[in-house]
Amino acid sequence: MSLRRFVTIGLAASTVSCKSEPKTPAVVLSARTGGTAASVDTTVNDDGQWVRPAKDYASTRFSGLSEINTGNVKSLRVVATFSTGVVRGHEAAPVVAGNTMYIVTPYPNTVYALDLTKPGLPAKWKYDPKPEAASQGVACCDVVNRGAVFDQGKLFFNTLDDHTIALDVATGKPVWDTKLGDINTGETITMAPLVVKGKVLVGNSGGEMGVRGWLKALDEGSGKVVWTAYATGPDSSILIGPEFKPFYASDRGKDLGVSSWPSDMWKIGGGTMWGWIAYDSTLDLIYHGTANPGPWNNDVRPGDNKWTSAIFARRPETGAAVWAYQLTPHDSHDYDGINEQILIDLPINGQTRKVLVRPDRNGYMYVMDRATGEILSAEAYGTVNSSSGVDLKTGLLRVNTDKIPSVGKVVRDICPAAPGAKDWQPSAYSPRTGLLYVPRQNLCMDEEGLSANYIAGTPYVGMNVKMHAGPGGNRGVFQAWNPATGREAWSIKEDLPVWSGALVTAGDVAFYGTMEGWFKAVDARTGTLLWQFKTGSGIIGQPISYRGPDGHQYIAVLSGVGGWAGAILAGVVDPRDSSTALGFVNAMRDLPDKTTKGGMLYVFSL
Amino acid sequence: MRHASSLAIAVLGFAGVFGMKSEQADPPLRVCADPNNLPYSNAAGEGFENHIAQMIGAELHRPVEYTWWAQRRGFVRNTLNAGTCDLVVGTASGMEMLATSRPYYRSTYVFVSRRDRHLDVRSFDDRRLRALKIGVQLVGDDGVNTPPVHALTNRGIVRNIVGFTVYGDYRRPHPASEIMDAVVDRRVDIAVVWGPLAGYFARSSAVPLDVVPVSPQMDPSHLPFVFDIAMGVRRRDKAFHAQIDSIIARRKPAIDSVLASYGVPRVDVRQAGGS
Repeated sequence: MSLRRFVTIGLAASTVSCKSEPKTPAVVLSARTGGTAASVDTTVNDDGQWVRPAKDYASTRFSGLSEINTGNVKSLRVVATFSTGVVRGHEAAPVVAGNTMYIVTPYPNTVYALDLTKPGLPAKWKYDPKPEAASQGVACCDVVNRGAVFDQGKLFFNTLDDHTIALDVATGKPVWDTKLGDINTGETITMAPLVVKGKVLVGNSGGEMGVRGWLKALDEGSGKVVWTAYATGPDSSILIGPEFKPFYASDRGKDLGVSSWPSDMWKIGGGTMWGWIAYDSTLDLIYHGTANPGPWNNDVRPGDNKWTSAIFARRPETGAAVWAYQLTPHDSHDYDGINEQILIDLPINGQTRKVLVRPDRNGYMYVMDRATGEILSAEAYGTVNSSSGVDLKTGLLRVNTDKIPSVGKVVRDICPAAPGAKDWQPSAYSPRTGLLYVPRQNLCMDEEGLSANYIAGTPYVGMNVKMHAGPGGNRGVFQAWNPATGREAWSIKEDLPVWSGALVTAGDVAFYGTMEGWFKAVDARTGTLLWQFKTGSGIIGQPISYRGPDGHQYIAVLSGVGGWAGAILAGVVDPRDSSTALGFVNAMRDLPDKTTKGGMLYVFSL
Repeated sequence: MRHASSLAIAVLGFAGVFGMKSEQADPPLRVCADPNNLPYSNAAGEGFENHIAQMIGAELHRPVEYTWWAQRRGFVRNTLNAGTCDLVVGTASGMEMLATSRPYYRSTYVFVSRRDRHLDVRSFDDRRLRALKIGVQLVGDDGVNTPPVHALTNRGIVRNIVGFTVYGDYRRPHPASEIMDAVVDRRVDIAVVWGPLAGYFARSSAVPLDVVPVSPQMDPSHLPFVFDIAMGVRRRDKAFHAQIDSIIARRKPAIDSVLASYGVPRVDVRQAGGS
C-alpha cells in the first residue's frame, strides 16, 4: 500500500520548566605553534563534552584530549554502535553533555539520548517530533539534519518541517516548540542551531524554491522569536542600521537588498541560511553566511543580488548587522555562502590578528579581520577557473565570464562545480599545528545540451549539468591548510568527495570519513594514515571526541551515506540519469558499488 | 462562473463512468501524482490527469491508487523510480529520468492579458513588451527558467519582468495560479504562462482574459515554446510501456475531450474557437 497522505500533525508544545545544569569548567587552549583558537568561548571549552556540532563558539572542532595520540591511535577499536533506524544521509554531529550523548537523525528527525555510563550505551529516552511527511518532497537535497545543540539543561534542534524544539534533557519532553516556517512555501530547516546569550539562532533552507532567506533568534527560555534578519529586501528587514559599517565600497549604500535586484525579485531571492554560525564573545559578534540567490538562473536577475552568498557579522542580542561582505556577487554557479567561519588569532606580518577563516564554496580561503570585515588574504585552495582571484583592495571577486552558464551555450570544465571547492562539511583547526583540516571535493562541471524537463506541471528546457572529477582524477580531498601563509601543508586524495566533517585533537590526530565508509585517523602534522575502520555505510557525518564517565577519551561519528553527493543512494536515483540531483549523479555513478545506506553511530576508544 | 459550473458537470460525468471498482481483485494501477496542482491533479481527483488516470485504470481493469508527492525536484526519484507507484500521467516527452510514452497532447506557452486591455500581443518580438510589466513563471532549478524567461532576457527585456515560482504557495488550493490572479488584479499587464494552466483558469476567470499562443514556436537558439506531453513509466517496464502507448492511441478521442473540457490550448489538434 503506497498511498502517502499529506498529514499535518500538530506538535504539542508543553510548558515543562527547564532544569539548569551546573556550568562546566572553562579550559583555556594553549598555543604551541601557529595561531590560537580565539579566546571567545569561556562557557564551554570543557573537553569532556561536545555540546554543539562545532565544539566551541570559535568553530574549531578541536578536542584538547590527548589520550588517543599518533602513537597509539592504531589500537582504536569499536566500543559501541547504535542503529538510528533511518536510511537517509546522516550529516549530524552527535553531541555530548554530562554523561549523555544526543543524536538527531535525518527526517523523521528522531532524537535519541544515550547513556554513556552503561555498557552498550542504552537509550535513556527517544523523542519523535513527527514532522510532516510532505516536507520530504519539498526538501532540496536529501532530508538531512546537521545536528542538535545542548545548553542549560535543554537540547535544541530543528525539524525538516520548520520547527525548532527545546527538549528537557532530563525527561526528553519538549519545553517549547516553535514553528518558524511553512513547508508549503518551499521552506525547510536542516541546519544545526547555535545558542548564544540566551538566543537560539536558526536559519532556513529552500533557495531553489524561491524562499527568501532569514536568520531568527528565539528566546532560549520561551521559544519566542526575538528578531528576524532577512538576506534580501530593505535595510530594515535585513537589520542594517546605524551600526552597519561594511569594509568595502561595493557593500555600502542604502537598501542594496532591493536595488541590486530587478523589480521585486528580491522577494523570492534566496539567500537562505542553512549553514554555520560562529560567535566571538569579546567583540560580541555572531558570524553567519547566506546561500545562493534564487531562482538560480542568472540572466533574469542582473545586479549583485544582495545579500546572497555573503558573510554577516551581527549583534546576537538585536541581530543588528555590524558588517557584511558579499563573497560572490551575482552568483551564477550555485556558490552558496553558508560554509563555516573559524575564529582564530593568527600571526600575520608580525602582528596577531583576530581573524575569521572561511573556506568558501567559490574556491577561496578567505582570511578576514573579524572586527572589520577586511580581507587579509584569499587564496584558492582548490581548482578554480570560474574566477581569477579576489581583489584585496576592492574585495571584488574577479569573475571569468567565459565560465558563466547560459541556456543554449555549452560551457565545459567550470571549476569548482556547483557544490564548490567545499560544501557544508565543516573544517577543524588545531592550535597545536596551526593548520586547518579541510574535508572537500574536487569536482568540475560541464553545462551542455538541452533536455526536456517538467516540474509542477510546467515543461522547460533543462541544462544538462554534469559534474566530474577535477584535475588529478580524484573526486575528494582531505587537505591541511596553513591560514597564516595561505598555503597547503599537505593533502590526501580520496576517490569520492569527502562529505564528512573533520575533527582534530591534542593528540595531533585528525579524523574524517569517506563516502565508501572508511573512518580514518591521520597524523595532523604529516597527513600519514595511522588507522582506519570500515563502517557500515558511507560517512557524511561530523566526528567528535569526548571524555567518557570512565575518564577515557572517546571518538564518535555517525555513518549513513546520503546528502546531495549521496543522493544517488539515499534517494534511489537512477545512475543513468546523469543530470539528476543537479548533475551530481554523473560524478557519483559508482557509489552504489562502493557502499550501501543505513544510519549507525560508531563509538571508538583505545 | 458559467465555465466553472459546466466544468463541474464534466467532472461528475467522468467520475460516474470510471468510478470505484474496489470490489475487483485486480492489482491497483498505482499513479504518482501531485495532490495539489490543478488543473493537472489534486487529492480530490479534480484534475484532468486524475480523469485520464481513471480512464487508463478502466482500460486495464485495475482500480486507481495514488502515491501523492509534490511534483518538484525529486518527484520522479521519490515516487516512480523508488517503486512506490508505476505511472506518471503528465511529463515532458523525452524526459531523461523515465521512459515516456507516445505524446498525447502538445501545448504551448501563451500570452495572457485582460481582454479590456486590448493588448493582442502575439510575439516575443512585439516592441510593447519592453514597456509592459510581464509576469513569468520561474522554475528555479538546474540553473534554468521557463523558456519565455529566456526568450525575454535574450531580447534584453529584464527589468520589467515579475517572477512567479511554479511552486507557488502550496497552502492554497491551486498554488500555481497566482500568476493568473496577477493578470486579473492588474499586478502585471501581461503574463507568459504554460497553456494548460492559463486555459483552465482563464475559463473560470470573473474577468474575461485573452489567451494567445506565443510566437515564434521556437527561438533561433533552439529554445522551444511548445512541448509534447506524455505519460511516464520506469524504463525497465517495457510491457507496461507498450500497454500505455496502445491505450493512448485507442482512447485518443476521449483523452482529447477531457483536455478540451479543461480548456487546454492545443497545437496538435484544431480547436474550435478561441478564448
